[in-house]
Amino acid sequence: MADLSINLAGIESPNPFWLASAPPTNSGYQVQRAFEAGWGGAVWKTLGDPILNVTSRFAAVSFNGQKVAGFNNIELITDRPLEVNLKEIYETKKRFPNHTIIASLMVEPNQEQWHEIVKRVEDVGVDGLELNFGCPHGMAERGMGSASGQVPELVEKQTYWAKEAAKTPVIVKLTPNITDITVTAEAAVKGGADAISMINTINSLAGVDIDSWNTIPHVGGKGAHGGYCGPAVKPIALHMVGECARNPRINIPISGIGGISNWKNAVEFLLMGATGVQVCTAAMHHGFRIVEDMIEGLDHYLDEKGIASVMELVGKSAARYSDWGNLDLNYKVVAKINNDVCIHCNKCHIACEDTSHQCIDMLKDPSGTSILKVREEDCVGCNLCSIVCPVDGAIDMIEIPSGLPPMTWNEREAALGAASCESTK
Amino acid sequence: MSNVNQARISVEDLSGNFQEVHPGLTNQEAMEESNRCLYCYDAPCITACPTGIDIPTFIKKIASGNVLGSAKTIMTANPIGASCARVCPTEELCEGACVLNHSTKPIMIGNLQRYATDWAIQHEQILFQPGKKNGKTVAIIGGGPAGLACARELGRLGYEVTIFEAEEKAGGLNTYGIVSFRLPKEISYWEVKQVESLHVRIRTNTRVGKDISVEEILENHDIIILAIGMSSVPDIGVSGEDLNGVYDAIEFVKETKTKPISNQFLGKRVVVIGAGNTAIDGATCSVRLGAENVKILYRRTIEEMTAYEFEYEFAKQDGVEFRWLTAPKRIIGDGQGRVKGIECIKMELGEPGEDGRRRPVPIEGSEFTLEVDAVIKAIGQSRYVDLIEEFALEHNGGVVKINPNTFQTSNEKVFACGDVIFGKGQGEAMVVSAAQQGKETAYAIHKLFHSVSETA
Repeated sequence: MADLSINLAGIESPNPFWLASAPPTNSGYQVQRAFEAGWGGAVWKTLGDPILNVTSRFAAVSFNGQKVAGFNNIELITDRPLEVNLKEIYETKKRFPNHTIIASLMVEPNQEQWHEIVKRVEDVGVDGLELNFGCPHGMAERGMGSASGQVPELVEKQTYWAKEAAKTPVIVKLTPNITDITVTAEAAVKGGADAISMINTINSLAGVDIDSWNTIPHVGGKGAHGGYCGPAVKPIALHMVGECARNPRINIPISGIGGISNWKNAVEFLLMGATGVQVCTAAMHHGFRIVEDMIEGLDHYLDEKGIASVMELVGKSAARYSDWGNLDLNYKVVAKINNDVCIHCNKCHIACEDTSHQCIDMLKDPSGTSILKVREEDCVGCNLCSIVCPVDGAIDMIEIPSGLPPMTWNEREAALGAASCESTK
Repeated sequence: MSNVNQARISVEDLSGNFQEVHPGLTNQEAMEESNRCLYCYDAPCITACPTGIDIPTFIKKIASGNVLGSAKTIMTANPIGASCARVCPTEELCEGACVLNHSTKPIMIGNLQRYATDWAIQHEQILFQPGKKNGKTVAIIGGGPAGLACARELGRLGYEVTIFEAEEKAGGLNTYGIVSFRLPKEISYWEVKQVESLHVRIRTNTRVGKDISVEEILENHDIIILAIGMSSVPDIGVSGEDLNGVYDAIEFVKETKTKPISNQFLGKRVVVIGAGNTAIDGATCSVRLGAENVKILYRRTIEEMTAYEFEYEFAKQDGVEFRWLTAPKRIIGDGQGRVKGIECIKMELGEPGEDGRRRPVPIEGSEFTLEVDAVIKAIGQSRYVDLIEEFALEHNGGVVKINPNTFQTSNEKVFACGDVIFGKGQGEAMVVSAAQQGKETAYAIHKLFHSVSETA
């Protein structure tokens, strides 16, 4: 059994699986059920001045019959009085002292308000704070959430105010609704954040009802944008985690959030630089019990790889994430179709023929059996055929030695620049 | 779909036994199954379908929620696609060719086809428009699968088509010959209605050669298409076939589809002679009419049986007993003209005959008698030789000779398709093949007329 415990900026947790600040962490009852199920920590649903919510609130995107490929919500922060939440946090922490409770916070960009709420939640014994600079809907219209999270100066200033009062570590939760997340991440670092978490939800409209012409969801015939999360956002989140992890100016730990549905997704986030992950949509889809497989799957993975502690995974792939200009132009792969495994759906052929580089031929072998064959000289190694192939092992992408030394675009440009300097001399 | 859950036979509610056995897919099942289809390119299921239905396309349309489009795709290629969804041996055709046989399990193409066509039936859709009239008149003799398919295509191409149908309703085998619990006649009626919507006139209760003369047909139409199928079950050639209680399987099934379900077989013992699909129908109908014991007697073995595997399984689950290598020797009467028993003889397989199948040979002295109340004959179908000869067409034992490219008979004005040309190496006796022949005949006619008018 590997050591699954993590330490994120001084916050310890028995395992890297936390529930994100969201509907699953709305109450003590829920968080205690989650801890009983095995979740290592929970970020309490954002505390602040209680708000009014609307119905309905959620919508999801199905893809080819698969439910909840993406999830959208217009629910706001907690609608329960602060005192009630604080009492339940206290009781939960008392019952589960080894589990991690983080208080998510959102107040107006005002020093006094930050000081006050930080003090009140720390008094009930939370393990850390998460500043919600990410909620994209509702609260943003009141100058909070992503509205302040999109302004680097406000991120820095509010982090600073929270840190002035905080005794526990401060995590700054960032919004993805921004051109370059490393800018606001750096602002959090400058403000003194102990860690950052990402991503909050992405501005979204889940759909339009093609019969009623209402938005999905709608509130009495009117809709407003929500925040998008779930499996569909995972690649976006993973990219943003990677960008921050490989940025030398962002030298604080990252809590990874965004579409994590199983232990494999979690491993990806850890490898890309996250110290622990937060989960919401998968739990909303299936209940808290999914964590059992997440923990066991991760444990088996670590054992199989001979890794003693989950912390050893953190950031192992971050250095491999770079800019396009640093990719080797002389590296070449081509597709190879294994006709003994292939079931002859011909999807690779039509995908390549219509939308890629027309290099997969439908042929007959000498016995008259249909075969598919890649013309390697025309294959650009785009992967499309292996992506659309429904059968594991039917298409391999094979490395072809180019016989040339590695050469990136940046190196090529530099070399050409040097050469032209030479020639102008 | 599995037959395992088929409803128990009731002796109280015999009519209930004739309700369709398999429920259609639910919306949710159809959605899950249609999304499982890979949407292959150049898909082998299309090639395996005798009518060439674009199966991946119709399945994709179910998945997208375009069920009307799905039904159109099906019915465009197969004018009796709703019936075929129920009666096709899909394991041997589309589903047998599905590439997922090589990785997981094949798509339930038949059930999805039924889902889409059921939708069109329930929503009373008319799927096709008649073509602009071209002035050519066509008489189609026989409103079964081949005749209907041919009429549908000619109607779309603008021909003025009249179908002459001997029975009260068109649809042929689909209306009368396939058991209700597999194919309710309403499905066939809907397909007939689709054909009628193309201004095809269907003259029912009109037997050519009796209610209207062959000469009249030949004189009044530019083209005549013979799609008369096959006739009744021939005699076995044993004594006692004229007794009360001896039935022709086709007539027997037809009665269950046209008359109120009777209780005259309740508690009775029935034997069926033959082991083709019609024999299975006769046997399972008997069970559903409340017969206490139903046996199928076959002079060969399970290996030579022509019934589809799923039909055989179905009969076994209905409790039908199979007696292989058993041939009838005589049917025994009770002295008052009713069947009382059947004397059988055990057989063994000898040398292969002309058709390559090993010939059954009686084992001398192996006679035994079964006490039975009814004998159902299902040993194939005879031919409408008289009518074929009235048309003065060349034929081979009732199998009309055609030019395989044009479907023209020895009279170039007369074409033939469906079971009337089946046999002696011409095609396969499946409903779906008859439909395809009907389509091809229509195209062949259109091609001939086109080239004639173009050169004129």
